[in-house]
Amino acid sequence: MTNLPLKKNISRHPAFWINTIALVLLAVVPPVLFISGQPFWLDVFTRLVILALAATALNLILGFGGLVSFGHAAYLGLGAYAVGIPVYHSLYGGMDSIASFNGFLHIGLAVGISALFALLTGAISLRTRGVNFIMITMAFGQMIFYAIVALENYGGDDGLTIDVRSEFPLISLDNPLTLYTVCYLSLLLVLLIVYRITRSRFGLTLQGARSNEQRMRSLGINCYRYQLIAFVISGAICGYAGFLLGNFTTFISPEMMDWTRSGELMFMVILGGAAFLLGPVFGAAVFILLEQLLREVTIHWHLPFGILLILSVLFFNGGLAGAVSRLRSFKNQ
Amino acid sequence: MNSSQQTILDVTDLCKRFGGVFATDHVNLSVLQGEVHALIGPNGAGKTTLISQLSGVLKPDSGKIVFNGKNMAGKPAHSFARAGLARSFQITSVFTEMTLLQNVALAVQANAGHAFSFWRDATTDNSLLEPAYEYLQTTGIAASANKPAAKVSHGERRQLEVAMALATEPSLLLLDEPMAGMGPEESGLMIEILQNLSGSKTILLIEHDMDAVFALADRISVLVYGKLIATGNKQEIQANPDVKSAYLGEDTDA
Repeated sequence: MTNLPLKKNISRHPAFWINTIALVLLAVVPPVLFISGQPFWLDVFTRLVILALAATALNLILGFGGLVSFGHAAYLGLGAYAVGIPVYHSLYGGMDSIASFNGFLHIGLAVGISALFALLTGAISLRTRGVNFIMITMAFGQMIFYAIVALENYGGDDGLTIDVRSEFPLISLDNPLTLYTVCYLSLLLVLLIVYRITRSRFGLTLQGARSNEQRMRSLGINCYRYQLIAFVISGAICGYAGFLLGNFTTFISPEMMDWTRSGELMFMVILGGAAFLLGPVFGAAVFILLEQLLREVTIHWHLPFGILLILSVLFFNGGLAGAVSRLRSFKNQ
Repeated sequence: MNSSQQTILDVTDLCKRFGGVFATDHVNLSVLQGEVHALIGPNGAGKTTLISQLSGVLKPDSGKIVFNGKNMAGKPAHSFARAGLARSFQITSVFTEMTLLQNVALAVQANAGHAFSFWRDATTDNSLLEPAYEYLQTTGIAASANKPAAKVSHGERRQLEVAMALATEPSLLLLDEPMAGMGPEESGLMIEILQNLSGSKTILLIEHDMDAVFALADRISVLVYGKLIATGNKQEIQANPDVKSAYLGEDTDA
């Protein structure tokens, strides 16, 4: 059969070009600022890209899965401590089995532990929906928060300094430009992974469950399994973001996995546009840059920041990416 | 109807209570291979409660639901669907933000088994889209294939319900008031679509519209206050005094 109605070429939509330009700007602008003597801005962008990566992971479950997880900062923390704890033991002894500077081991630990935590907590959380799901994911997040606070060995409340960054052959994360490049390429890879997942049979099933779970079941689909796997993938990627964040800040503390941090990640997804591939990237960009700019203007930056965020949610239905996706219809009117 | 037909669905002694009220009161019902079996009854007779149990959405309190030789009572909804029992919903239940084609493609994909494929692009997969498009043609909505389900008419969404149920290639199709909320013209179209299906599909049809029931059904069962009071062909049901008094009303000779 050849008369299938075909979709229009995606590259003709303005959103495609806006997305491409945004990604190219992220590749070019921070290194240029760094080379031209503004290392501070490279730091801002490194943070931006890492949080964009984490928010993209959250978007898989929140945007595409329709499941509002309020505990995703826990994975950032787990990922960061998966760097901090092996490095700590390499320097000060003990726990020989994990004491290492090896970056691949750190990544393995960050991703593995996050995936395991997501599997265990997801298996329980996903039996609930709506507000209950939000509360239970938040509770599990806080559980990790307090667990780390209780670990006096690793600084507890006061946090832990990562004295040596993860080591890789050929490259050194001590070079800010290298670190940024690694973060940026990681973001591109994660965007590709999420893009492919959302268009795969798995992703369509996940989105079907978001749209109408009862209908999915009546089509013979056990939604729970798909949602749990998506939850694990999301957690694992977020754990990887934590690995990057640990190497970036070199100081980690339970504060980075507080529920307010989870809220910020959620906010980036919603502000940028949930269920849009690049939504969380836009969200993270606006969030981080706005925070930075307002901070320079006033110490009471939280107030205008909050007001701007409220306005943007009120007036950008579907977030920033949602607004971009409507450009064409706007032009046609 | 001939006696050589096999029973595909055999419901025995099915009960469901809400508080003290029997919504399903010791119901015995059998659907034969290849027939269109209509289930009728006045408002509040418990038709939707019954079909919800027959599709696993509600768990019965007691009784058996033997489908293709297996007792399904108490199993979850997705097991019913996997076993070949598809339903459409009285209140339209589709994926509103997806196009009609995507809606049915998702149903085709669900029928193809597990969807643990994470990398291959399914949105342009012709092994999903082509059958999906055929089901849209069967149900007369192919012209709207690329419109989001939220943007098409109520009648088209009802047809989409049927297309999605068909796409799971069920051995029994449970249609919960497919004509609900339709105008006469849309109903006529739906009757035509269902007539084309009868013969190739076994259908359990729940319907208020008597024209539709008499046009389509080989056999009719009547449910009143959760009890099945009669089963028979059109003439038998029309002649049944219990049905007359309970359902059609004393003064009706329709």
